[in-house]
Amino acid sequence: MIGITPFIRRSMVYLLLSLLSIAMLFPFIYTFLQSLMTPEQSSQFPPSFFPKSFYLGSISNVFELIPVGTFIGNSFLISTIIMVGQVFIASMAAYAFVYIRFPGKKYWFSLFLSTMMIPWEVTIIPNYLTVKSWGWLDSYQGLTIPFLASAFGVFLLRQYFLQLPRELFEAAKIDGSGHIRHFLVIVLPLSRPAIASLSVYVFLNSWNMYLWPLLTTNSDKMRTVQIGISMLQFEEFTSWNIVLAGVAVVLLPSLLLLVLGLKQLVRGITAGAVKG
Amino acid sequence: MDMQEGKLTLAVQRSHSSHAVSRLLAKTIRWRENALGYLFLAPSLVLFTLFLFYPLLKSVYLSFQLTDPRGRVAAYVGLDNYTQLFSSDMFWNSLAVTGLFTLYTVPVGIVLGIVTAALTHIKLPGMRIFQFMFAMPLALSVSTAAVIWMILFHPSLGMLNYILSLLGVSPIQWLTNPSTALLSISMMTIWMQSGFNYIIVLSGLQSISDDMVESAKIDGAGPVRAFMQIVLPLLSPTLFFLAVISIIGAFQSFGQIHLLTKGGPAGSTEVFVYSIYKEAFINYQFGTGSALSLVLFAIILILTLIQFVFVEKKVHYQ
Repeated sequence: MIGITPFIRRSMVYLLLSLLSIAMLFPFIYTFLQSLMTPEQSSQFPPSFFPKSFYLGSISNVFELIPVGTFIGNSFLISTIIMVGQVFIASMAAYAFVYIRFPGKKYWFSLFLSTMMIPWEVTIIPNYLTVKSWGWLDSYQGLTIPFLASAFGVFLLRQYFLQLPRELFEAAKIDGSGHIRHFLVIVLPLSRPAIASLSVYVFLNSWNMYLWPLLTTNSDKMRTVQIGISMLQFEEFTSWNIVLAGVAVVLLPSLLLLVLGLKQLVRGITAGAVKG
Repeated sequence: MDMQEGKLTLAVQRSHSSHAVSRLLAKTIRWRENALGYLFLAPSLVLFTLFLFYPLLKSVYLSFQLTDPRGRVAAYVGLDNYTQLFSSDMFWNSLAVTGLFTLYTVPVGIVLGIVTAALTHIKLPGMRIFQFMFAMPLALSVSTAAVIWMILFHPSLGMLNYILSLLGVSPIQWLTNPSTALLSISMMTIWMQSGFNYIIVLSGLQSISDDMVESAKIDGAGPVRAFMQIVLPLLSPTLFFLAVISIIGAFQSFGQIHLLTKGGPAGSTEVFVYSIYKEAFINYQFGTGSALSLVLFAIILILTLIQFVFVEKKVHYQ
C-alpha cells in the first residue's frame, strides 16, 4: 500500500501541474507561435495553432510599422534611470534611518511609511498639471523624476541594513572613516542581495508603467513600449499576428530579465515584504 | 606649596579647557551628524513633497473648484463637486463595478496562487521548470496582457470562441456583451496577476520551516491534511498581506479597461480609476476628477488601516 500511494500521488501532482501550466502558458505560446506565422496563415479560418513554416516576416514587419526600437530604447532608458535613482535615493534615506543619529528620526520614518498609503492615482491630476506647467510633457525628466523616491524601497532596504552586523560600523568608526565612506564602501556592497531584488522590482514596475506615460507623452519619439504596443491595434492593416508579433518583441526582454532575476525577486520578497 | 598649588590649578584649568574643547568637538560632531542625517533624507523628502504631499493637498483644493479645460481654477464651488458626485449614477456604478471586479478577481487569484505554489513547493524533480512557468506572467505588463487577450477574445476570429465551437458551445460575445464584459476582463486580470500571487505565496511557503510539516506527517497526517492544518494557518499572514495588496490593486486597475473596453459596454466595466481618467482627461473636469480621486484615497486608506489593525492583532496574539 505504501509503495503504490506515493507513485499515484506523484503522478497526480504532475498531472495537475501540467494542466495548470498549460492553461497559464497557453496565451504565451499562442502569442509566440502566431508571431512566427505568415499573415495569410494567421487570418485563415479555422485558425491554426502551429505555424506551417518558420517565418520571421511578421516580426520584421512590426519594426517597419511602428518605431519599436525607439519605444524599447525609451522604456529601457526610463526604467534604468528610475531604477538607479530610486535605489540610490532610497538607500541614502534607509542609511540615515539605521546609522545616523538625528532628532525626529521616528517622526520622519513614520512620515515616510505614511506615503505608502497614498495611491499614485490620487495624485495624478495635480502631478499632470505640475509636469505640464514645467514644460515636462514629452520629456525624459517628466517620465522619471516623479518616480525617483519610494517609501517601499526605503522600508525594504532599512530592514536589510538592520540585519547587517553592527560591529562593522563600530570598526569603521574606530578606523576614523565617516558616514559617507561607511555608506559607500561597507553598507552598499554588503546589501547587494537586497539592492538586487529592489532593482528587479523597480525595473519591472517602471517598464510596465501605463497611465503616466499615456498622459504625458504624445510624440512617437517619447512613447514607451507599453503605450507604443497598443498603437499597433490601430494601424491600418488586416493581420492580427503582427500585433502579436509586436507583443512577442516586447515580452522577450522582460522574460529574459525574469529568468535572470527570479531568484532575487523571491528572496527579496521573503526578506522584506512578508516577514517585515 | 605655592608651586604645587599653582601646578594643581594649572592642571585643573587645562582639564577644564580640554573638557570644553572636547565638548565643543562633540557638539560639532553631533551637529554634523544631524545635518548629514537630513542631507541623506533630503532627496526623498523633496521628491515626496513635490510629487506626493503637494499634489494631495492640491487635489483637496481642486475638489472644491470648477476648472476650465486647461486645468485653471474658474470658480469656487464648495462641496458641489462632492454632492454632484454622490448623486450621480456614474459614481455608484463605478463603485459597484470596482467592487464586483474585486470579488471576481481576488478570491480566485489567491486560491490559484495557493494551489500552484503548494504544488510546486513539493520536493519532486522538475519543479524548477514549473516554478518558472507559473512565475512567467510576472513578465507581463498590462498592455501586453491586454493585447493578447483582445485577440483571444475576438468574437469571430479569436481562439477562445474557436475552442468553444470545437466543444460545441455557441460563441460568446466576450467584451461586447454588458453581462460578460466584466467577467472577461476579470479572467484576463487573474491570468495577468497570477505570477505575482504565485511568487508571494511561494516565498511565504519557503519561510515556513519544514520540521513542523514533517512532524505533522510523522503524526500520521496526509499531505493534504498536513497542509490544511499546519501550513495554511502559518501562511495566513502572507495570505492576508496578499489579500490586502490584491484588493488595493483591484481598486487601482486601469490599463486593461482602457485597452479592452474603455469602460463599456454601457458602463459595465467602468472601474474607479477609469472614471477618474474619464472625468479629468476626457471631460476635463479636474474638480470632480479630484473629488473622485479623494474618495479613492479614502477607500484605500480604510483598507490599509484594516490591515494595520489585523497585523497588530496578530502580533499581540503571538
